[in-house]
Amino acid sequence: MATEPAQKLPPPPGPIGRWRGERLDQLAELAATPPDERGESLTRETLRRLRHSPMAMTGAAVVLVFVVVALVGPYVIPYSPTALVGLDQIRPGQIPGPSADHWLGLDHQGRDEFSRLLFGARQTLLVGIVATLIGFTAGAAIGGLAGAANALGGRLGRWVDSVLMRFIDLLLAMPPLLLAFSIAAVLGRSLLAVMIAVGVAATPIFARLLRGSMIAQAHRDYVLAATALGVRRNRVVLGHVLPNSLAPVIVQATLTLATAIIEAAGLSFLGLGNPDARIPEWGVMLAQAQAQLSFRPILAVYPAAAIIITALGFTLLGESMREALDPKLRR
Amino acid sequence: MTMVVERQAGPLLEVSDLSVVFRRRGQREVRAVDGISFTVDSGEVVGLVGESGCGKSVTALAVTGLLPPRGVEVGGQARFGGTDLLALDPRTRRDLRGRELAMVFQDPISSLNPVVPIGVQVTEVLTRHREMSLRAAKVEAAGLLDRVGIPDPQRRLREYPHQLSGGMRQRALIAMAVACQPRLLIADEPTTALDVTIQAQILELLKELVRELNTALIMITHDLGVVAGMCDRINVLYAGKVVESAERRALFAAPHHPYTVGLLKSIPRLDAARGEPLHAIPGSVRDVLPWQEGCAFTPRCPRRVEQCLDGPPELTPAADGRAYRCVNPDLTTGPVRPAATAAS
Repeated sequence: MATEPAQKLPPPPGPIGRWRGERLDQLAELAATPPDERGESLTRETLRRLRHSPMAMTGAAVVLVFVVVALVGPYVIPYSPTALVGLDQIRPGQIPGPSADHWLGLDHQGRDEFSRLLFGARQTLLVGIVATLIGFTAGAAIGGLAGAANALGGRLGRWVDSVLMRFIDLLLAMPPLLLAFSIAAVLGRSLLAVMIAVGVAATPIFARLLRGSMIAQAHRDYVLAATALGVRRNRVVLGHVLPNSLAPVIVQATLTLATAIIEAAGLSFLGLGNPDARIPEWGVMLAQAQAQLSFRPILAVYPAAAIIITALGFTLLGESMREALDPKLRR
Repeated sequence: MTMVVERQAGPLLEVSDLSVVFRRRGQREVRAVDGISFTVDSGEVVGLVGESGCGKSVTALAVTGLLPPRGVEVGGQARFGGTDLLALDPRTRRDLRGRELAMVFQDPISSLNPVVPIGVQVTEVLTRHREMSLRAAKVEAAGLLDRVGIPDPQRRLREYPHQLSGGMRQRALIAMAVACQPRLLIADEPTTALDVTIQAQILELLKELVRELNTALIMITHDLGVVAGMCDRINVLYAGKVVESAERRALFAAPHHPYTVGLLKSIPRLDAARGEPLHAIPGSVRDVLPWQEGCAFTPRCPRRVEQCLDGPPELTPAADGRAYRCVNPDLTTGPVRPAATAAS
């Protein structure tokens, strides 16, 4: 309807006339667009900011490559990661380097290093994501409960908050890697143990962050305004305080992915990871490369570089998300 | 659980001897409100006027029960349709808030939840108090936004607070406040965060709504121009006490308390001589004398006499139901001209 006058009017002659006609059409189109496709939510604004940050784009590219490799890697690798394809070429103190057949050379047992590296990405991604999810879920549950209890107030609420937070302090008192080691050692050698260990080590950060964020939000004006309109306390906490407190926690999840990858590799490196040492994993590969360090140091560099680049990718992405979500920079 | 406050004769809200004392460990106690009494009739607009820190907002928060539970001592009574609000249990008071009495705050951007669409925030009040289904509440919310003058309400309901202009945000908050047609609306400096042209529009909207819904309104402000334009009765507050209370015309025609005189003189005038310095009340609100020792305004008062220090002055009733708290009132002065904005 709004487009009709623009179409009926004959455009004035000349290039300016044509331009103005086009502009009118554009404006009419904008007016006809349903509102929900026009409005910009906070999420959308954050995404737009991320797109314009080179740091975020670099991080996202690295993460994307890593995820693609983890997903399709096992199906495109030239050799089985466990097959001793080049065993006959291995001599004591001598391992063949890169060749047309083996792009990154062979490892100490004559397995194709390139295939192993690609295959290992899957393991790393799996451990990283599951561990972060465990940490996020446990941390958000504890922190959310403590924050809600604190915000709801009352003697009981403060007591619940205190008890939960002292428990978190206990976890926080131990260095995260050490905590992960002890848990993995107690649970025995298994992939699940690594995930749980790294997840538990990440729990206190999430809990503290969410609780602190919720308490800060609970004193904001909009909470008072909602309360002044008689909105129930549960609804205030769940519908107003919680959604406003999630941003830092989500950012932390991205950053935790980076730490989780490093910690998982560290656990595998120390032999606490997957009991089947033939399955390639970057930490395990790093550990196995130690024996050949004197004559084939490059075998340690590959998995180390893979760990570092991946962790860096997640860190870059996480940091720029933090910046994009920063309310101080938001208009 | 609902509680019906009965409609009955007498004032809608009767605040008597309200006091609020803040106590913090290791700190001097602060008497923010020190025995304030006033009444609000149905459909009446009452102004609470004074400088920052005189206890205006704390009075409103105490009446609505929104003060933090710890470290605060509230005394006195606030009878709302016969029920003492201060003696109610928190749950009943919460049911009353938003339905029978509602508040509009100063800063519209921080009073709206930034990550929740406007529509959700408006419907929340409707589903809470009017037991509406979500579908019905959405229709009603659009109607409310339309009523408070927000164009294209369907679209605005889906938007977030940061996508609305300041005036529109305040309109949305007003819509939320009047959603259940409360009998008492408290507006705490509703126009302070807005620019002048929007201020006038918002005040006009409040006036219209009050007339239409027969809602009583407590207007909290430091702007005498605002009270002159809309209040029926004005209470001037100083250091936690009512120092003068009068019907609007009477107050502007002949203010009795030196503080009120000072406030009226402080309004810049269009017809003042060029370059003439603006009038100011000397000192600041922090230069108060404790009321037990005498009139708190004494240190800043131009009419102070020795009797001012004889202890707290009583509220002296005068003609036309007005009252002042002063031992040396300015009973002779002619009208102090309010500012040009007063007529709005």
